[in-house]
Amino acid sequence: MIINHPLLGPRDAQEFTFLGSASLIDRPDWQAEDALEQFSDYTYLRNDTGGENRELWFHEAGDRSWLVVTRNTFTHEITNVEMASDVARARGRSK
Amino acid sequence: MTYTNRADGSQINQPTARAQTGAHSGKTQVNRLAGGQIDQQSSINFSFDGKQYQGHPGDTLASALLANNVRLMARSFKYHRPRGVLTSDSAEPNALVELRTGARQEPNTRATTAELFDGLVAKSQNRSPSLKYDFMAINDRFSNFLTAGFYYKTFMWPVSFWEKIYEPIIRKAAGLGSLSLEEDPDEYDKGFLHCDLLVVGGGPSGLSAALTAGRAGAQVILADEDYLFGGRLNGETFGIGEQSGQDWVAATVAELHSLPNVRCMSRTTVNGAYDHGIYSAVERVSDHLPVPPEGKPRQILWRIYSKRTLLCAGAIERPIAFENNDRPGIMLASAMRDYANRWAVTAAHKVAIFTNNDDGHRTAVDLIAKGVKVAAVIDTRADAPRIADCELLAGAQVIDTSGRLGLKFIKVRLADGSERSIECGALGVSGGWNPNVHMTCHQRGRPIWNEQISAFVPGEDSIPGMTVAGAANGDFSTAAALETGSAQAVAALGDLGIKTSKIDLPQAEDAPVNIQPFWHVRHGKGRAWLDQQNDVTVKDVKLAHQENYRSVEHLKRYTTLGMATDQGKTSNMGGLAIMAELTGQSIPETGTTIFRPPYSPVAMGTWGGRARGKDFHPVRETPSHKWALENGASFVEVGNWLRVQWFSQPGETHWRESVDREVRAVRASVGVCDVTTLGKIDIQGTDAAPFLNTVYANAFAKLAVGKTRYGLMLREDGNAMDDGTTARLSEHHFVMTTTTANAVEVYRHMEFVRQCLFPDMDVQLISTTEAWAQYAVAGPNSRKLLQKIVDPEFDLSNEGFEFMACREITVCGGLRARLFRISFSGELAYEIAVPTRYGDALFRRIMEAGKEFDVVAYGTEALGVMRIEKGHAAGNELNGTITALNLGMGRMVSKKKDSIGSTMSEREGMNLPDALNMVGFKPVNSADKVTAGGHLMTKGTPVDAEHDQGYVTSACYSPILNSSIGLGFLKDGANRMGEIVSLVSPVTNLNVDVEVVNPQFVDPEGVRVRA
Amino acid sequence: MGYSGFRVIKEALTGHKGWKPAWRDPEPQSAYDYIIIGGGGHGLATAYYLAKEFGKKRIAVLEKGWLGGGNVGRNTTIIRSNYLLDGNEPFYEYSMKLWEGLEQELNYNAMVSQRGILNLIHTDPQRDAFTRRGNAMILNGADAELLSVEQIKKEYPFLNFNDARFPIKGGLAQRRGGTVRHDAVAWGYARAADRLGVDLIQNCEVTGFRIENGVCKGVETSRGYIGANKVASCVAGSSPRVMSHAGIRLPIETTVMQAFVTEGLKPIMPGVITFGAGHFYCSQSDKGGLVFGGDPDGYNSYAQRGNLPTVEDVCESGMALIPALGRARMLRMWGGVMDMSMDGSPIIDKTEIGGLYFNGGWCYGGFKATPASGMCYAHLLATDTPHKYAAAYRFDRFRRGYVIDEKGMGPSPSLH
Repeated sequence: MIINHPLLGPRDAQEFTFLGSASLIDRPDWQAEDALEQFSDYTYLRNDTGGENRELWFHEAGDRSWLVVTRNTFTHEITNVEMASDVARARGRSK
Repeated sequence: MTYTNRADGSQINQPTARAQTGAHSGKTQVNRLAGGQIDQQSSINFSFDGKQYQGHPGDTLASALLANNVRLMARSFKYHRPRGVLTSDSAEPNALVELRTGARQEPNTRATTAELFDGLVAKSQNRSPSLKYDFMAINDRFSNFLTAGFYYKTFMWPVSFWEKIYEPIIRKAAGLGSLSLEEDPDEYDKGFLHCDLLVVGGGPSGLSAALTAGRAGAQVILADEDYLFGGRLNGETFGIGEQSGQDWVAATVAELHSLPNVRCMSRTTVNGAYDHGIYSAVERVSDHLPVPPEGKPRQILWRIYSKRTLLCAGAIERPIAFENNDRPGIMLASAMRDYANRWAVTAAHKVAIFTNNDDGHRTAVDLIAKGVKVAAVIDTRADAPRIADCELLAGAQVIDTSGRLGLKFIKVRLADGSERSIECGALGVSGGWNPNVHMTCHQRGRPIWNEQISAFVPGEDSIPGMTVAGAANGDFSTAAALETGSAQAVAALGDLGIKTSKIDLPQAEDAPVNIQPFWHVRHGKGRAWLDQQNDVTVKDVKLAHQENYRSVEHLKRYTTLGMATDQGKTSNMGGLAIMAELTGQSIPETGTTIFRPPYSPVAMGTWGGRARGKDFHPVRETPSHKWALENGASFVEVGNWLRVQWFSQPGETHWRESVDREVRAVRASVGVCDVTTLGKIDIQGTDAAPFLNTVYANAFAKLAVGKTRYGLMLREDGNAMDDGTTARLSEHHFVMTTTTANAVEVYRHMEFVRQCLFPDMDVQLISTTEAWAQYAVAGPNSRKLLQKIVDPEFDLSNEGFEFMACREITVCGGLRARLFRISFSGELAYEIAVPTRYGDALFRRIMEAGKEFDVVAYGTEALGVMRIEKGHAAGNELNGTITALNLGMGRMVSKKKDSIGSTMSEREGMNLPDALNMVGFKPVNSADKVTAGGHLMTKGTPVDAEHDQGYVTSACYSPILNSSIGLGFLKDGANRMGEIVSLVSPVTNLNVDVEVVNPQFVDPEGVRVRA
Repeated sequence: MGYSGFRVIKEALTGHKGWKPAWRDPEPQSAYDYIIIGGGGHGLATAYYLAKEFGKKRIAVLEKGWLGGGNVGRNTTIIRSNYLLDGNEPFYEYSMKLWEGLEQELNYNAMVSQRGILNLIHTDPQRDAFTRRGNAMILNGADAELLSVEQIKKEYPFLNFNDARFPIKGGLAQRRGGTVRHDAVAWGYARAADRLGVDLIQNCEVTGFRIENGVCKGVETSRGYIGANKVASCVAGSSPRVMSHAGIRLPIETTVMQAFVTEGLKPIMPGVITFGAGHFYCSQSDKGGLVFGGDPDGYNSYAQRGNLPTVEDVCESGMALIPALGRARMLRMWGGVMDMSMDGSPIIDKTEIGGLYFNGGWCYGGFKATPASGMCYAHLLATDTPHKYAAAYRFDRFRRGYVIDEKGMGPSPSLH
């Protein structure tokens, strides 16, 4: 596979390490009343029903960026690659 | 023979001249004809089954054997039937041989693609004692008992007989060729190539495409598995324009070679289509030579990154099933034509043709032109056209054959129902052509049925970025191949924004496809082969149907149809058609044939490349490696690192002597250990402290500048991920160490936290593992020793540099360094770090300066012994299922802050009253041994899993305590100090009593580290 | 009439006319007591044991493609019960015992071949871990043996003992481990289930559940609606898809695992070996092909195919371990779709929806579990209580903190 890195251009997927669902960005609030329940869902439950999947890849043998890759799990077609930090900010994460 | 140097430096055998006569063939090559693309002026020697033969440069092993009137080349897999060639190319199911000898012995090599070289040695395989007289041919007599899937129905009783009796017999009989079991002496390489257009196949469509794209200036790779470009044109007599087919090929290849933007790769099989335009290809650099030239690999695995790909893989002729259609001498009509036209060989001087389409007749025409007698063309079509100047039997079928080790007679049923026997030594069979859709299936694309040519053609967009031209797409005529190749190249370049137009196409053969589908001859009770290698017959398909193994996959798996080394290139279609007939469905309703990579089998050595032996993984050496080599070190693999396990001194005969000495020396005076392998992460930024507070379970924000703290890192699920120390060098600058094993994962995890969870934290990370040489200097005299190394302005006194202090210092007169007062051994100890380039010098300086203290260098064993003695957890304890609570650090997990893993560590199952606690163990009888991996049982309970109380993680002999000791996890262990429990290790035959003790065997009060 | 050597001879002499279809192709009825979704190994075994052991009737297996077309038809055929953890080892040992009597039970030769499995040891920590595991196996009634390098040399003289980057220092053997002819397992269960009246319905894809008041009443399929008292999902890699029709999120991701086979070779490999310093394991089939694999590709996929880096990685490891493999040729590669659970262990449990049951999360280890999985799932379906050997395989273990993390890799499915 080839991942089109937003900063570095097309790179062989072999340079990257896969983590999992981009939903891991949405880490719950530790002080929420049902924090334990939220964390359980966050840590363990997935919606991997095939098709378009937003997922985290780490450019381990590259610039060490975490990327959010939108990839179809039936065809492996990649339709979007974003910097994970940009995605995280857009989803309200800060400090 | 001459060798020509190619642009890439490899050499190819090239015939020097194309002789028109067979004058030099001598008497042995009785089946050699005139002409051909071989060098009949020179001869080369080879042997098959110990017998010497001669052939010519340009021959394959198969063509040379046929020239020498050797039709019998192999035995089949199951019935050990005598077999010759079916094809002239890589689709060959039958003529597999063991090529070469000794460590280079290569099983299952297709005689049809093995290029002849001087001194070639080949052996037939899967037969005993000889190819002619094979004991296992008895199977053929019993074939009625050995039908498809018979083994699923028997061999079940008595139960124990399967492994003992039945299976060994089956295994011995099965298999094809054999490996030498010696290490492969050849080298293999890997390489990467990039292009705009990859053209797979160098026949008329591929050449036309490459020329079109090459002239347009695109970066083109043209690859063909053959050693000659030209594809079918090499086996045909067609002219192209005013030229012969071969001359057109030669001129085209010459022009392509002249274009710097085109790379022509012969002997190169593109064998797999992977995601996003990545293809694998194997170049057989040296297989046509006796041994690879000095410095050359045998083969190269290329990974080709192409923007567009054009599949021009041609078509594969398919046979017709009829009784005893597998005898040596019976082959595809196109193969017969190839042998005659390209290699100037005929399998016999009197042949016949059996066909259901016009193309079969061409073989008759060409063989007649070569002077071979064609006894008859048998055409299943009642209205078969008369094309060749020989007898035509229209509406006739071959119903049986005879000849034990080679074809002698065919029996033909004529249109009027009468039967006739025809003598012939070879029979060319054509059941039509299948577009070579193989690679279009590699991403699970499904071919679609084309009624006009009665064959599957590639589905639309089977592989993104790939289009198909020529015969591979069902356009069988030469003119169509030239035209579609050029047109598809234009279209592919258009996608890339390169505008060009089709080349001027020469006149070429443009015959229509005239075919009447015909799959198998219905006659009698004999066997008609579909998959010749696996001995799958029409009967087997019928049985599969009768037993309801009807889906294509069931058919394949139950009968083994198409599962041989050719992946059913010539057999799948026939099986499918017969199943369709039986079920009354159309062929496309019945299913499709699909294929998986690789296109043709690839040597494991090629896939492996250079990652063999010591080169399997890179070696990471520590900065003191050279010194260690000079000083009797034994090394151990720790990931890719080589670390010193212990240093042997003269007179030490057992590793324990060395380790015990090292431990005693450290505890008595001072020792040095290279701990560079520990992961080091430099953390800087105004948010560095809160960042650490997040990744560590324990609090870090308030760590004072100049201080170091132990940190426990959890995964989000609350289990321990890693531990280490982190030093605060300045307000916004921390240096973390991780365990050697987890350095990469921890860094990745911290970047995840930084980029994905807290993107606005002002913190930067960099791995500095290899940037700093770091040494532990441990033992009561460590301060004294370091005082000789550290520049005098730095106060190392206990007050000036207390336990857990850290400081940026200089050593040896101004060299910048870092000093940490941390201890893994439990002794007064430091870790000192200098830039790696000074690591070797510093190690030597320390050893020199330490002489007065009898300093020792110590390895990982002594390190391990001392940390066990001190009760420090390490990799064996941090096994991924252990929590802070288990480690006795439950209270360290701060509940006043958000850290990774803190919430999830509150789950019920991780906080049970009898949770595992890390404890120490000492044998009750001091002669007994504590064994890592042993399980713990409460005394008096049964020794079984139900009563399991925990396990020992680490154990060693403590030279300080003169006893074996261990660390481990015991249920509620913290409250069981002093209890005697059973340590059982049935797998090492051990059952001893051990006492549960404080894991800190040495200096539990921590006096020494603070000394 | 049953299968036997005598029968084979008799049929051979009488033109093979007496062989009956291995199973029927019934039209689906309007309703069943039990519907099992998925005609793979586990689904077929479940149906068989439900009928055989629990005497249940009106059972259907719905298969979207062909019987045995899931992972039972695309794996590397290994059976073993060499697990470490309490939740796992008794279950897999139970499965091993069922394998040992399977062929006679089913009257179908699945070629259960206990040729042994050997996990190689290359480091001291690995030895400690394998010692612990071997002990856990023995304490659970399984067999285990630690082998010295000398012992291994006798059985596998062609391994790299000379210039290995990671020298072999020993191994953990389970002699009762081995291989089974994978397709035959599916066919054997299918035939036996069919004979007990189970309807095996191929080309019947479940497209939805009919759920009323929190209770599952039946399934929508490509062949129409079929009612059921109990619906049991058993679809491995398709689990997240199928269960999403019921609105259930799973602790499962679907990834691809590749496997490979060489051309047929005369026997060299006595049993199954796994390389402890790289991604490679290998056995030799009765036909002679070396069947081997490594680790999953490491990304989520439903594509049933992988990519080159994994292919090369596996073969590099193979060459590092067995330098004599150089001239053997890889014939074919394929990919299976794995239901990777968050702790690497499976789930056999009720769901939050009444009458809807779940079996999945087998990662790439489901084949060896086939008999026990079928038996335990049948037990759950028939009695609504977990089988004692599958008692740990519950959904709530994640929330409650009782994960069964054999490899200790944490909640990263691609690492298990």
